[in-house]
Amino acid sequence: MKLTFRIPGPLLSFTGGRTVVDAEAEASTVAEALDQLWRLYPGLRDRVLTEQGQVRPHVNVFVGPDSIRDTGGLSTPLEGRVEIAIIPAVSGGVAPGRDG
Amino acid sequence: MADVRHVSPKDGDALLMVGTMKGAFLFRSRASRARWERGGVYFPGNPVYAMAYDGRAGRHRLWAAPESFHFGSVMRSSDDFGKTWTSGETANLRFPEDSGASLKRVWQIAPGRAEEPEVLYAGVEPAALFESRDGGKKWSLVRGLWEHPHRPQWQPGGGGQCLHTVLVDPTRRERIHVAVSAAGVYRTDDGGRSWRTAHKGVRAQFLPDKHPEFGQCVHKIVRHPSRPDRLYLQNHWGLYRSDDAGESWKDVASGVPSDFGFGMAVHPYDPETVYIVPLESDEFRCTPEGRLRVYRTRDAGKSWQPMTRGLPQKDALETVLRDALATDGFEKAGVYFGTRSGKLFASRDSGTSWAQLADGLPPVVCVKAAVVAKARGKGH
Repeated sequence: MKLTFRIPGPLLSFTGGRTVVDAEAEASTVAEALDQLWRLYPGLRDRVLTEQGQVRPHVNVFVGPDSIRDTGGLSTPLEGRVEIAIIPAVSGGVAPGRDG
Repeated sequence: MADVRHVSPKDGDALLMVGTMKGAFLFRSRASRARWERGGVYFPGNPVYAMAYDGRAGRHRLWAAPESFHFGSVMRSSDDFGKTWTSGETANLRFPEDSGASLKRVWQIAPGRAEEPEVLYAGVEPAALFESRDGGKKWSLVRGLWEHPHRPQWQPGGGGQCLHTVLVDPTRRERIHVAVSAAGVYRTDDGGRSWRTAHKGVRAQFLPDKHPEFGQCVHKIVRHPSRPDRLYLQNHWGLYRSDDAGESWKDVASGVPSDFGFGMAVHPYDPETVYIVPLESDEFRCTPEGRLRVYRTRDAGKSWQPMTRGLPQKDALETVLRDALATDGFEKAGVYFGTRSGKLFASRDSGTSWAQLADGLPPVVCVKAAVVAKARGKGH
């Protein structure tokens, strides 16, 4: 199946500047599709997932128009031609007022 | 994109590493410390809470832990004073799977003893200690502390549940002190396998039991290498000294306008001389009376004197955070601090007089000072 990944600006240093990455691979879930992406560009993995293998809390992963948070997370099933977008949450920035 | 400048320190120069909420900077001066040049911004947009200089074994290595709100924290190093950094492609500090934890922030990077030049430590959030034995390539969780029975009950301080201070004993190979907010001081005497509390006498003002077994909100501890059993502690309310490696602590807050504060630094040559910047209260974390004063003791805390020459004494509501006060390695000590309002101040006469090095930086969270090591590899 054909997979298309959209890569956000802050991560382009890990893809040689590519904003769109195409791959041809079998993937029945989002996790399997992302494994293809990590194989091509290993530096992306630790940016998108924590060391426990979960999507970082302020990163959103979309399949087409749907956030995988609403569709089963990394286990979200895939079929047909798939476009996956990695998008930093707009909650971005720095939490205020943290003194200690 | 911000314009990046670089500095090229030479042996014997003074070097400041300044971490801010939006990137890191370097400041370099000759040993006179009269004129400074600035390098950076490095990692623009990323908070940098931890930096360190490692001059052991002939290195000139800088460490920084830039973090991305979205994409996590990575430890990166530079052997050319910031012109290039290791890629940070792989997250090098990783909680093991069985811990169930994920790295949130690196609060402290501490080179190990001079005679163990490949050893480094990192204190992180959630509160844990990591150790590297190969110069920082591979890091592993110090299990002895992680598995301490107190740890599941440690509470976060206002800054998060962080291990923010690592003090390696220069004379006892197996002894390390760490400080955790809000848990207290823990000490190992066997290289990290077992840990016990080392905060007897330190009050927890904010708890019903003022002297709990643990739960103290220690903001910073410092030690002098020539007298390793003497420690000083800035608490969330309280200023303390220990003369027995943390077995017991004595209140030394006499003559300060407030015993609340964060940063603390010890003179590089005199174990009796310590610096703090008192803040009004935990409610109002600003310099009392709008006066920016560094307090200095020269008698191990028996008395404290305000240092004001060159520092604003009117309408200066400033905050100096726990890692934003530092001394360098010169005999006539340089003392440095940064503020949450982005100002950087320096003294080159052991704190007596001050000059402003920078204004308009992003909020300063980390200031580390070093003397660039001679080529023979002798650290300062």
